[in-house]
Amino acid sequence: MNDMAPSREERIEGLKGLGSSRKRVEDARFTQGKGNYVDDIKLPGMLFGDFVRSPFAHARVKAINTEAAMSVPGVLAVLTAKDLEPLGLHWMPTLAGDKQMVLADGKVLFQGQEVAYVVATDRYAAADGCEAVEVEYEELPVVVDPFKALEDDAPVLREDLEGKMEGAHGPRKHHNHIFTWEAGEKEATEQVLGSAEVVAEEMVYYHRTHPCPLEPCGCVASMDKVNGKLTIWGTFQAPHAIRTVVSLISGIEEHNIRVISPDIGGGFGNKVGAYPGYICSAVASIVTGKPVKWIEDRMDNLMTTAFARDYWMKGKIAATKEGKITGLWCHTTADHGGFDACADPTKFPAGFMNICTGSYDIPTAYLAVDGVYTNKAPGGVAYRCSFRVTEAAYFIERMIEVLAIELGMDAAELRRINFIKKEQFPYQSALGWEYDSGDYHTAWDKALDAVGYDELRKEQAERVEAFKRGETRKLLGIGLTHFTEIVGAGPVKNCDILGLGMFDSCEIRIHPTGSAIARLGTISQGQGHATTFAQILASEIGLPADSITVEEGDTDTAPYGLGTYGSRSTPVAGAATAMAGRKIRAKAQMIAAYLLEVHDDDVEWDVDRFVVKGNPERFKTMKEIAFASYNQAIPGIEPGLEAVSYYDPPNMTYPFGAYICVMEIDVDTGTHEIRQFYALDDCGTRINPMIIEGQVHGGLTEALAIAMGQEIAYDEMGNVKTGTLMDFFIPTAWETPNYTTDYTTTPSPHHPIGAKGVGESPNVGGVPAFSNAVHDAFRAFGLRQSHMPHDHWRIWKIANSLGLHG
Amino acid sequence: MGKQHYQINVNGETKDVLAEPRELLIHTLREQLDLTGPHIGCETSHCGACTVDIDGKSVKSCTVFTAQVAGKEITTIEGLGTPDEMHVLQEKFREHHGLQCGYCTPGMITRAHRLLQENPNPTEEDVRFGMSGNLCRCTGYQNIVKSILAAAAEMNASKEAAE
Repeated sequence: MNDMAPSREERIEGLKGLGSSRKRVEDARFTQGKGNYVDDIKLPGMLFGDFVRSPFAHARVKAINTEAAMSVPGVLAVLTAKDLEPLGLHWMPTLAGDKQMVLADGKVLFQGQEVAYVVATDRYAAADGCEAVEVEYEELPVVVDPFKALEDDAPVLREDLEGKMEGAHGPRKHHNHIFTWEAGEKEATEQVLGSAEVVAEEMVYYHRTHPCPLEPCGCVASMDKVNGKLTIWGTFQAPHAIRTVVSLISGIEEHNIRVISPDIGGGFGNKVGAYPGYICSAVASIVTGKPVKWIEDRMDNLMTTAFARDYWMKGKIAATKEGKITGLWCHTTADHGGFDACADPTKFPAGFMNICTGSYDIPTAYLAVDGVYTNKAPGGVAYRCSFRVTEAAYFIERMIEVLAIELGMDAAELRRINFIKKEQFPYQSALGWEYDSGDYHTAWDKALDAVGYDELRKEQAERVEAFKRGETRKLLGIGLTHFTEIVGAGPVKNCDILGLGMFDSCEIRIHPTGSAIARLGTISQGQGHATTFAQILASEIGLPADSITVEEGDTDTAPYGLGTYGSRSTPVAGAATAMAGRKIRAKAQMIAAYLLEVHDDDVEWDVDRFVVKGNPERFKTMKEIAFASYNQAIPGIEPGLEAVSYYDPPNMTYPFGAYICVMEIDVDTGTHEIRQFYALDDCGTRINPMIIEGQVHGGLTEALAIAMGQEIAYDEMGNVKTGTLMDFFIPTAWETPNYTTDYTTTPSPHHPIGAKGVGESPNVGGVPAFSNAVHDAFRAFGLRQSHMPHDHWRIWKIANSLGLHG
Repeated sequence: MGKQHYQINVNGETKDVLAEPRELLIHTLREQLDLTGPHIGCETSHCGACTVDIDGKSVKSCTVFTAQVAGKEITTIEGLGTPDEMHVLQEKFREHHGLQCGYCTPGMITRAHRLLQENPNPTEEDVRFGMSGNLCRCTGYQNIVKSILAAAAEMNASKEAAE
């Protein structure tokens, strides 16, 4: 062999494939201010749209006078529901099977609801126009509490549904009721609870919050009347689904709609659904013949597009005296706001809340979720989590802690004796999921060792004694969490959104000189797909990742896919990428065999080439094969080297992790300090460790925000109390701790490369870890449950209610 | 409201703009001068995505009128480095994965650039405090802090070498 030739190891390294902490190809443009976000788009003659929004949470709209607005300089049009009605666009379908007003049709149901849309020559004129629109409202009684919304004499919110007792997800029990969704065995679970040695019962509330990506939602719609083609650039996490929805509701044929997601400044679930701004901008472009831009401001964003959570979870957990869990019961009251605009798969109106048995082998369980209308903004999106998984994880991880208190047991030990064992996988859960793989005990022991758990408990006990002696005013909390995620929606047999199966796709073209472009049905919002999907492909086809362009987000060029949310990109589109790569390799094998004049079966794959079996000196590299595919007439083989894969996953993937938060709490001020945060994640095969760590840091910080202060709060009149970043908590660098990351690797047995997805794990596991730390600090003084967010005032109130202020 | 003529100095060039007295600097930069590096994230001066440098101070350009900056020296992310010669902060943010979606990044780097002139030898605590006017939703700041400290080290090393 030629000594100058790179070694096998060097060839593997040169690919920058799976496992490489490859630097991101996206960064050059972002660090130099050359990203291309939707608000950067500037088209000739472009107009600007803005909304008149309701100041009331529940009111009848008696009259809208647009005359004064039309005389404002620069204002070209004012749209109201009356203008949209002839087009059938004054209402639009939601992803949850409900419908939502595009512009107020006779009444408004939440503060900030879109009432009229003003189109003007620039954003200042549009804002002036909005000021000049006169709306006459008649206030109606407001309901912001989902339990009160279900009382007999509660005001009717959705008059359009009056008398309709059958909803999109089965019977409705009350005029403000949306659906009941059940999983598991009700009677069997009640029997277990009735005969159990120990039952712990608690109401666990996961408060309303908001994904709040730094870039708000927006779009530019441009109707080309000459060609009859509508192009919409926008902050879309699911561009193909948006195209289909726009086609279905507008009647414009789908080939005449092009949806483009340019660079997206964070999504976290906020940018999955369809919003009135998109519809109004498209209509305005059709009406004016000009491109129309609509960009939310932060207040619009927090008040109107896509809240998350707001689940009241009543739980009962049964166990033996020794702590073996025998049953779990949960009833959830889900506050959906004025319209049910969740972005869940159709058959799962409460998302995957039925993963709420968590990491534990619980033989019997029952879950029921009741969806309720209130006078709050619509949404219910998955904020950095797979559908409702963070609610489920928070619920079970709080119930475990409450059970530990009931049993007088250590919460780490209680988890350990109830974990699903390694040999039980694939594991069938009582609420209907088949967990693909896991090794929880190994992860747990590694985590407890890493933080010195036993020592921490000793320190905590000493601290409690010192506190009682008056020597300190600080308590120590140890927040434990072992979470199991369910991501990668999903198998078409049970996962669809509006009838669109949740497969995903990848199309690869190898260029003659041995570089390539891969196009996917997903869209990055910061996850670094252009970097990591090239790595998957590099390992599959033996071309360097640096020679592979990854393109997403243009429905005219990308294959159909359901987009990026719910940690589905790697489990679904990542699998499609690997499978498309394998198709390329299969064809390359035939070409190589022809060039090497041997039978197909006599060559084998080695990193970046096919070699003749038993004769490694004779080989053809993928680069050589690529060129041959374009210039040699090979009998029985078409020219070119391309492949496409539509991947329908056989199952979801189940990433898991063990998180431990050590927190100091000042009893007198309610302030906290995070002394240590250890996060062990098992996301199966690791594609790019640098990016995984970055995802974990970011997700933990969003979890920190949610657990420790972030909320969308309403007063009794339905006014949003947290509508700006002054009130809506986003941690700065100053409040955010350093995190220690760690991992175990349990590959998914059904995913082509064994990857499971990681982007959302830190949010799912992080929230209970922070919250459990707060609760744990006060456990010795009798605290059982206190609702998030644990801001300073609420922590102070806990201390005060426990009599710790003397 | 009529438009008025203002001369502002951006990234070393004098620019003539016509703007209403109420026009915010961020809109002039982005829409008139096509400097789309600074972004809009909140319009209440909390998020820092619109951070630019005005006469040697970090300023949130969403809460200053263009009329107020006539005659002043403004630097945006576009003025910090070029594709052929990137600023060391731009390189370090890439090297240490100090960005994800990129939306906060121009403001972050512009602020970090000023911070390192105010304090060329910052501790981690100094960086965390000095950067606390700029929000990031993706990174959890850990790698941003790392990037800035690495840039400080490299800038100091090359300064020493030059001396």
